[in-house]
Amino acid sequence: MNLQTVAHINSFLAAFVLLTAFGMLVQKRIYSLIHLFAWQGLFLSISTAIVGYVAGRHHLYISSILTLSLKVILLPYILHVLIVRLKIRKEVETIINIPMTMLIGIALVIFSYHLTAPVRELSTLITRSTLAVALATVMIGLLMMITRRHAVTQIIGFLAMENGLFFAATSATYGMPLVVELGVALDILIAAFIFGIFFFHIHTTFDSLDVEQMARLKEGD
Amino acid sequence: MITPIDIASASIVLLLITFLTAGLLRRNQALLIKVSFSLSAFASLAALSAGIWTVGSGITERVTLIIGLPDLPFHLRLDPLAGYFLTVVGLLSFFVSIYSTGYVKGFLGRRSVTRLVVFYCLFIAGMFMVVLADDALFFLISWEAMAAASYFLVMFEDENAENRRAAFLYMVVAHVGAVAILLSFGVMAGLAAGFENFNGFTFDAMRQAQFPTGWATVAFLLAFFGFAAKAGVVPLHVWLPEAHPVAPSNVSALMSGVMLKTAIYGIVRVTFDLLKVFPWWWGAFVLILGIVSAVMGVLYALMQHDLKRLLAYHSVENIGIILIGIGLAMIFKSFNLPMLAALALIAGLYHTMNHAMFKGLLFMGAGSVLHATRERNMEEMGGLIHRMPWTAALFLVGCISISALPPFNGFVSEWLTFQAFLLSPSLPIPMMRLLMPMGAALLALTGALAAACFVKAFGVTFLGHWRGHHNPHIHETDWSMRSAMLMAALTCLLLGILPTLYIEWMDILSEQLVGAKLAASAAVGGWMWLTPVAPERASYSGIVVFVGIIAVYGIVYFILHVNPGKIHRGPIWDCGFEKLTSRMQYNATSFSMPIRRIFGFLFKIKEEVSLVPQSAHPAFPKKLHYELKVRDRFWKWIYKPVADASFWCSRKVGRLQQGRIQAYLIYSFVTIIILLFFTR
Repeated sequence: MNLQTVAHINSFLAAFVLLTAFGMLVQKRIYSLIHLFAWQGLFLSISTAIVGYVAGRHHLYISSILTLSLKVILLPYILHVLIVRLKIRKEVETIINIPMTMLIGIALVIFSYHLTAPVRELSTLITRSTLAVALATVMIGLLMMITRRHAVTQIIGFLAMENGLFFAATSATYGMPLVVELGVALDILIAAFIFGIFFFHIHTTFDSLDVEQMARLKEGD
Repeated sequence: MITPIDIASASIVLLLITFLTAGLLRRNQALLIKVSFSLSAFASLAALSAGIWTVGSGITERVTLIIGLPDLPFHLRLDPLAGYFLTVVGLLSFFVSIYSTGYVKGFLGRRSVTRLVVFYCLFIAGMFMVVLADDALFFLISWEAMAAASYFLVMFEDENAENRRAAFLYMVVAHVGAVAILLSFGVMAGLAAGFENFNGFTFDAMRQAQFPTGWATVAFLLAFFGFAAKAGVVPLHVWLPEAHPVAPSNVSALMSGVMLKTAIYGIVRVTFDLLKVFPWWWGAFVLILGIVSAVMGVLYALMQHDLKRLLAYHSVENIGIILIGIGLAMIFKSFNLPMLAALALIAGLYHTMNHAMFKGLLFMGAGSVLHATRERNMEEMGGLIHRMPWTAALFLVGCISISALPPFNGFVSEWLTFQAFLLSPSLPIPMMRLLMPMGAALLALTGALAAACFVKAFGVTFLGHWRGHHNPHIHETDWSMRSAMLMAALTCLLLGILPTLYIEWMDILSEQLVGAKLAASAAVGGWMWLTPVAPERASYSGIVVFVGIIAVYGIVYFILHVNPGKIHRGPIWDCGFEKLTSRMQYNATSFSMPIRRIFGFLFKIKEEVSLVPQSAHPAFPKKLHYELKVRDRFWKWIYKPVADASFWCSRKVGRLQQGRIQAYLIYSFVTIIILLFFTR
């Protein structure tokens, strides 16, 4: 496969990652949100595998398989079970309206391109053009955590941020060492379990997963 | 071979062991009091002997401990200066520990005394460690241990909001002071050995360093601020009259008597030992603050009618007198007049010892009164001399000493300070020569006002009739409290009549710190006559005055009692009014009224008189209410703005706390974006 084609395919996948990120930002239904998250993981995993093949870094295959099994299958499954158990049927509420969120998201993407411009000029990697997308994904994940009220959507935002970081690592340096990757994957898995437990507790305490309820914990003046 | 530093360290270890293990005895409170106060008395005695030995033989010893922070072991050093303060602290804490065995028993059955006992031991150990420390780190650790322990002691009766407020105020001032001291040591250490390493943190490195004048001034001012906050120098004194009255009396005695002295030790250590070379205006600065503290302290004291608060304000005054001596010594030293500097320094340090003794004695006396009457307000007391003759007599000794009257010790040190003042014409700056007599005049005023204040304190508390509404069962104190006060009173007397011997013993200090000895001229007339400069100039013999006073007293007693029919007791002459009650006695407020009129502009006075008219005719009022509030002006000038500003800032910062996760996420998000933007 020639490098030019790979770079194109990679950019194509990066575009899909960004698209799913925007999709998650505007998606109101929680089921669709989880599906979008799974799709993002899938694009990420394919992109990692291709980069690993071209660059000859075989440990990236393991990363790719880990991503596939964790972020495409296991985490969406856990979140799904959680939603069913907690009987969350409510549509996702946002704090800022959706067009506004979209505009902020676009601004963030432009800002990311602006930030990574010097890196693109210096780097020789084929994946260098996707760094801006990775950074934008991280920021959009954070934006999603800010604009959503529901604890489950906030966790999805957090996981999307992690996806962005992973993507940044792959595109900037052809991935982190395998040990680090394994550690991060394990962390994410454990974090998901801890979130699950906390959700149950928050749900029983507040009878809701709306984080606005937690404003009651504020110290009085 | 046992050396003084071994004894001193053993005493600290004993106190720390008592501190750690006293809690085990908490089930048996009476035994706990006996055991731990005996141990602390024993440890204080050991430290006292180590101090006397060190000063007497003029030796300097060092020990480097194996414990400490990684690569920063603790250094201990026992030189005559440390030994002198070890003596002061050890002597008073010995007396107070004996006193405490009786005093603390008064809490039995009312509340648990475990906390008092435990922190009492840590407090004394902290003071010993402060004077022994030979590096900035260990000094600050000891300093903070001492401050924390005394905070818990002030908080002992924590059910009163007043006590909690006082303790909090004390903690705040102590910590601000500690930060200033830390910064000062940081400056000195950095200049001594560079800011990149920790080698400069030993006092030895600071001693060997040469400091540029500008930085030395910064270090001095920071250190002086920090120590002045602890010593209660005006205007940093506000915590003192709040914290001392509410602490248990044995703790007040220690705090006022010796804890303030550790700050004096710090000032002397930093200026004379670490910085060594300084311009004359440092001395003038210390001198002026000393004079202000002395005059303001005694004036505020006169306005008080809470016995312990009155004594606390007198601590401000006496710290001022000590600082006058130290400030004069600094001025004389900077003009290279070692003999005069030695005189002034000896006067200041002598007064340090004297104040520890008589203020300890007075607080113990006040504690006995409090113990017996459960009352701190003098206006509710009176006539206690009949019920508590021992306490009254010993308290009187303290009053005479603090009022600087011969033959007791207060006179000697104030007299020496005057001598130092009167020698100021030898200074090369005309301005100073003009201003010095004014300082001497203010010191004289202070002495006179202190005497007036103690006439009030003793007269209202012990003389006349009981003024209180309720009449409690008042009893004389037990033997342990009495004997402790008796020993302190005897020490006051001995220091007053044998000053030559004492000055000969402590002369090594002035030789090491300012480079001249006083004893050669001081003892020129033999051990009986104290002649600080020259016999033709001034001389004083405590023992002759003492014998004279005894003789006059004996003769008067003999003349009065030779014919027993001459003295008889009768009813008070009431001008034919016939309805005198004990509430109509001359009291503390009326006694201090003339002085309140003269110096009224210094205080914030609120005086209210209201009549409750009788229904029959307004010319015959039924009752008259008189309300007087005297406040410290400094509170409004300095502290209130600072407190308000900090509360205002806290409220503004408090708005950051929204209680919403999104808000917190936005904070980090915006921070990240801004940082990315600027570091691109």
